Amino acid sequence: MKLYPDFVIQIKGESHQDINLCYQCKKCTSGCPIAYTMDYTPAQIIHAIRLGLKELVLNSKTIWLCASCETCTTRCPQEIDLVKVMDVCKSLAICLRIKPKIKEVPIFYKLVLTNIRFLGRMYELGLIGALKLCTGNFMQDVNLGITMFKKGKLKLLPSFTFKGALTAMNIFNKAKKVK
Amino acid sequence: MKEYAYYPGCSLHSTGREYDVSLKSVCKLLDIEFREIKDWICCGSTPAHNISKIVSIALSVKNIELVKKMGAKEVVTPCVACFSRFKAAIYDLQNEEGLKDKLKKIMPYSDDEIKVLHPLEIFSQDEILTKINNIKKKDLSGLKVVCYYGCLLTRPPKVTRFDECEYPQTMDKILGSVGIVTLDWSYKTDCCGASFSLTIPEIVIKLSADILNEARLVGAEAIAVACPLCHINLDGRQADIKKAYHRDYEIPILYFTQLVGLSLGILSDKLLLDKHFVDTTRLLSVNKV
Ligand code: SF4
Ligand code: SF4
Repeated sequence: MKLYPDFVIQIKGESHQDINLCYQCKKCTSGCPIAYTMDYTPAQIIHAIRLGLKELVLNSKTIWLCASCETCTTRCPQEIDLVKVMDVCKSLAICLRIKPKIKEVPIFYKLVLTNIRFLGRMYELGLIGALKLCTGNFMQDVNLGITMFKKGKLKLLPSFTFKGALTAMNIFNKAKKVK
Repeated sequence: MKEYAYYPGCSLHSTGREYDVSLKSVCKLLDIEFREIKDWICCGSTPAHNISKIVSIALSVKNIELVKKMGAKEVVTPCVACFSRFKAAIYDLQNEEGLKDKLKKIMPYSDDEIKVLHPLEIFSQDEILTKINNIKKKDLSGLKVVCYYGCLLTRPPKVTRFDECEYPQTMDKILGSVGIVTLDWSYKTDCCGASFSLTIPEIVIKLSADILNEARLVGAEAIAVACPLCHINLDGRQADIKKAYHRDYEIPILYFTQLVGLSLGILSDKLLLDKHFVDTTRLLSVNKV
């Protein structure tokens, strides 16, 4: 596997986290609720970054499976904010157009952002519909959705204000130019 | 009368309506008024910070700026995801080099400070607890519940500054003040998998099943929550858990505001207790609420 010695510098720069402080105590991993289904544990991802294993990290399931629950960030004795590291890896993977191992997650995130960009607020029913179209999982959670709808928990039409929508669109347009 | 700016966030207008309604009816009795921020926008929640940090910060700061425009100094965010994003934006702006300059290229903002509050922080003030005690109409002392805080309310502690991060007591204190027995358990701040409810439901089903299991083991009759995402997972996924693990928990999941509301004598339909997936009537009739 190819090594990228600059990878750790890049991640450090973008996440503002000193990954080299990690001494592999694995406290992050022991408390991670999702570690049971990840391909590499959070501690392994940190170590892989230090070794320059860029392809391994950006192709891992782990970066997409991290739920951002902040348990690891809270418990790391070296005060490494692992969530920020995972976030930077995700942005980088998208930037480099790396095919994600867990395709539903980035599709969902992008759909949410598109939704906010144009409406300013989340439109759940539209979002669920769009997600089904993009992933092809048409039958997933149909019963749950129907019950929610019946209980008035999902609105048929989006709720938003024009001013709010304009504000959001403005933020997204300007953010594009800020790197 | 105490007034706060109010940021409902997307959930309180849809999946978490019961929370919105019950919070407001309880606050009315406590002489607390909420003024909803005009033209608020979504905080971006987990998806935004996962793929674009600057968008996530800008969305939160925009709402905070709207609060300042109202002339308010404190904003209440009942959804824990919104609470966490607002707090993180404030913290990162103060602590991360270069972030302020980046943000200024997107929008103007002022350095004035705004306090971001979760309703639990309001209810747990001594003055409010005394008030609750004075106007309490029903004794709920038969009820045994566990308080579930979820992951983001207390984490990371340097950002949210909410109670003790591994074993918080704020909700226990509030519910204890209306006589409810809150049990000790070890899942107070475990994750329910919230952000995956639409993408990888198997994770949510497993994590929620673990939480419900522990609640049952310690003898809880219900779980009290303070976040619409935790609620929809723990309440809405019990049918899936039954299918996947053949375990039928049937544990009612109530917002802490609904429990306080019941003790203040508000009728259960006014608190939208009928909107939950798991039936709450049996619990309330057994305990003569
Ligand atoms: S908890 Fe911190 S120091 Fe320990 S292995 Fe994880 S990242 Fe490294
Ligand atoms: S934030 Fe991600 S990596 Fe850290 S404990 Fe939670 S799920 Fe695991």
